[in-house]
Amino acid sequence: MDWFKRKKGISSSEKKVIPDGLWVKCDNCGEIIYRPELQKRMFVCGKCDFHFRVSCKEYIQYYFDPDSFKEFGKSIKPSDPLKFKDSKKYTDRLKAAQKATGLNDAVITGEATIEGQPVVAAVMDFFFIGGSMGSVVGEKISRAIERARQKQIPLIIVSASGGARMMEGALSLMQLAKTSAKLAQLSDEGIPYISILTDPTTGGTTASFAMLGDINIAEPGALIGFAGQRVIKQTIGQDLPEGFQRAEFVLEHGFLDMIVSRQEMRSTLSRILKLLQPSENKKTKKKTSTQSQSRGESNEKPIVKKETNSTSTENKKLPHESKT
Amino acid sequence: MIKKTFRQILDFEKPVVELQKKIIEMEEYARETGVDLSDDINRLKKKVDSLRKEIYSKLTPWDRVRLARHADRPYTLDYIERITSEFIELHGDRYFADDPAMVTGIGQIEEHRVVIIGQQKGRDVKENLHRNFGMSNPEGYRKALRVMKLGAKFNLPILTFIDTPGAYPGIGAEERGQAEAIARNLFEMSHLPVPIIVTIIGEGASGGALGIGVGDVVLMLENCWYSVISPEGCAAILWKDNSKAPVAAEAMKLTAPDLLKLKVIDKIIPEPPGGAHWDYDAAAQNLKKALLKELNQLCKIPPQELVEKRIEKYSQMGVWKEK
Ligand SMILES: [Zn+2]
Repeated sequence: MDWFKRKKGISSSEKKVIPDGLWVKCDNCGEIIYRPELQKRMFVCGKCDFHFRVSCKEYIQYYFDPDSFKEFGKSIKPSDPLKFKDSKKYTDRLKAAQKATGLNDAVITGEATIEGQPVVAAVMDFFFIGGSMGSVVGEKISRAIERARQKQIPLIIVSASGGARMMEGALSLMQLAKTSAKLAQLSDEGIPYISILTDPTTGGTTASFAMLGDINIAEPGALIGFAGQRVIKQTIGQDLPEGFQRAEFVLEHGFLDMIVSRQEMRSTLSRILKLLQPSENKKTKKKTSTQSQSRGESNEKPIVKKETNSTSTENKKLPHESKT
Repeated sequence: MIKKTFRQILDFEKPVVELQKKIIEMEEYARETGVDLSDDINRLKKKVDSLRKEIYSKLTPWDRVRLARHADRPYTLDYIERITSEFIELHGDRYFADDPAMVTGIGQIEEHRVVIIGQQKGRDVKENLHRNFGMSNPEGYRKALRVMKLGAKFNLPILTFIDTPGAYPGIGAEERGQAEAIARNLFEMSHLPVPIIVTIIGEGASGGALGIGVGDVVLMLENCWYSVISPEGCAAILWKDNSKAPVAAEAMKLTAPDLLKLKVIDKIIPEPPGGAHWDYDAAAQNLKKALLKELNQLCKIPPQELVEKRIEKYSQMGVWKEK
C-alpha cells in the first residue's frame, strides 16, 4: 500500500503533473527516473508502481489499438454563458487551457478499436481546467453515448476530473443529469459501457457517468470520491483515515469491479468486451420484430440495419458533425 | 396570516418588520379601547406593501440566497401538511438505514395520488441534528429511489422538493458510495415511466440537490438558489476567500430568473410578499396550484413519450459553440 505515503495536497489542478526535463522524480517513492524509461513504462514508476497523471493523448495511446482512434465532435467548443469572472475571466482561463493542452475542452471523443474490437471512446483530460465538466464535456460525452447506441457498439469513458465546472454554474450541474440520462438510454438497449476511473475522479463526474459503468475499473491509487477531502475534514473536524478515497478503498467498499494497472488495461478491456458483446439473439430481438427468422438471416440483418441506422441518425441528430 | 414571531430578521427585512409591529400594536390598541384606527392602519399596510416592493426589487442574488436559507422558511413537511389531504411517510432504504434528512411517502393532492420526496431541514438545534441540516447520506438517495420506484410500480406521479445545502460530506457517506447513490438516481429518474415534477423550495446545492432533481418539469419558488456549488464553496475555491460569497453568488447566476433564462428550470412559482416565510399558507397554495397544473398536463402523456421527452429535455441542457 505504497500509495498512501503520497504527500497530501498533491491534487492542485493547475499543476503541470510531469515536469519537463530528462529526469523525473516519482511523487510517491522519490525515485529519480530517466524520462525515456518512464515513457516506455507508460509513466508508471518501475520501483513503486505509482501511476503518474497523464493527458488524454497518452491514455488514447495506451488503451486503444495504435492509430485506431478517429476523433469526432472536435467542432464543439466552449462559450461563456454566464460571462463569468473571478480573479480571471473564464474566457481567459479557457484560452490559457486551450493553449497549454492543444484541446478545445476537457474531453476527446472518438471511435477506436481494442484488440480489433470497435468501441466509442470519451477520454477526459485533467490538465484542461482540472478536467472539469461544463457544457462541452457534457455534450461531447452525450454524443459519444448516442453514437455507441446508434452503432450498437460498446462505450468506454476514461474519467480524469475534479468534477463539475464552477464557471458554468447550474449548466455544469445539468451535465450530470444529461449524461446519466443518455446512459440510461444506452443501457436500455443492452450496449455495454465500461467506465475507467483515473487519478483523480471526483465530484460531479463521479456522481454521474463515472460510477454508472456496467463495469467500473480504476487505475491503482486513483483518488475517487464525491466530496473533497478538505471539505470533509472541515465538516467532521477530524483527520481522514489513511488511503481514504483511493481506488483500493473504493474497491474494498464495493463501488469498483477491479483495479487494473495501466499496462494491463487494454488486454483487460479486450477480455471484458469479448464476454459482454451483445449476443446476436438479443440484438435481433431488439431490432427486428420478426423473431421467426433463421439464425443465418438474423446474423446478417442487424449489420445492414446498423449502418443505415447510424447514417440516418447522424444526419438527423448530429448536423454539424458532417462538416468537420 | 401575517408573520408575528421571528427566528431571524434579515437586515433588509427590518424596516418592514418595524412597520408590521406598529400595525399589530395599533390593532391591539383599537381592540382594547374601541377607538377606530382603521384608516391609519390601512395607510400603514399600504406603506408596508410599497416599502416591500421597493426593497425586494433591489435584492441582490446574495440576498436571495439568504432568503432561501431563512430560519423561518417553510420546509418540505410544512408544505406536505398544507397541500395534501392524505400523507403516509415511508422509511428506510432497505439496505442500510433510514435517513431523516430525506422525507419520502405516498399521499393525495386533490384527485391525484402521488409519491412525495423531499429534503428536510430542522427548525432548531435538536431537530437539525436529527435531520442533519438537510444533508442526505447515500441512504437518503437510495430511500428516495426505492420510493420513487414504488411510485412507478403503482403508477403514481412523483413530486420532489429540493432544499439542501448539499449531500453530506462525511467519511461514512463516502464509504457507502455517496457518488454512486446520486449517479444512480440521475440514471433511474431519467427513465421512470411516471410523471416527475421537481420543485426547488429553498436551497439547491449541487449533486446533493440534483440527486432528486431530474424530472419532466422543474419548478422553482421565487426566493431560492440552485447551482453547482454553494456561493461559499465557490468563493473559497475561485476567490480563495469564503467572505467573497456575495460576489460569487452574483457571478454564479443562481437565482430563479437567471436559471429560467438558462433553461435549467421551467417555471417560477411566486411567493407571498416578503417571501414564503411570511405566509406559509399562501406559499403552499401557490405551490399546490402550480403542481396541480403540471400534474393535470403530465398525466395525459403516455409513459414512453414522457420518458423520451424527459431525456430530450436534458439532452438540450448546456451552452456551447459549434462550427
Ligand atoms: Zn515510485
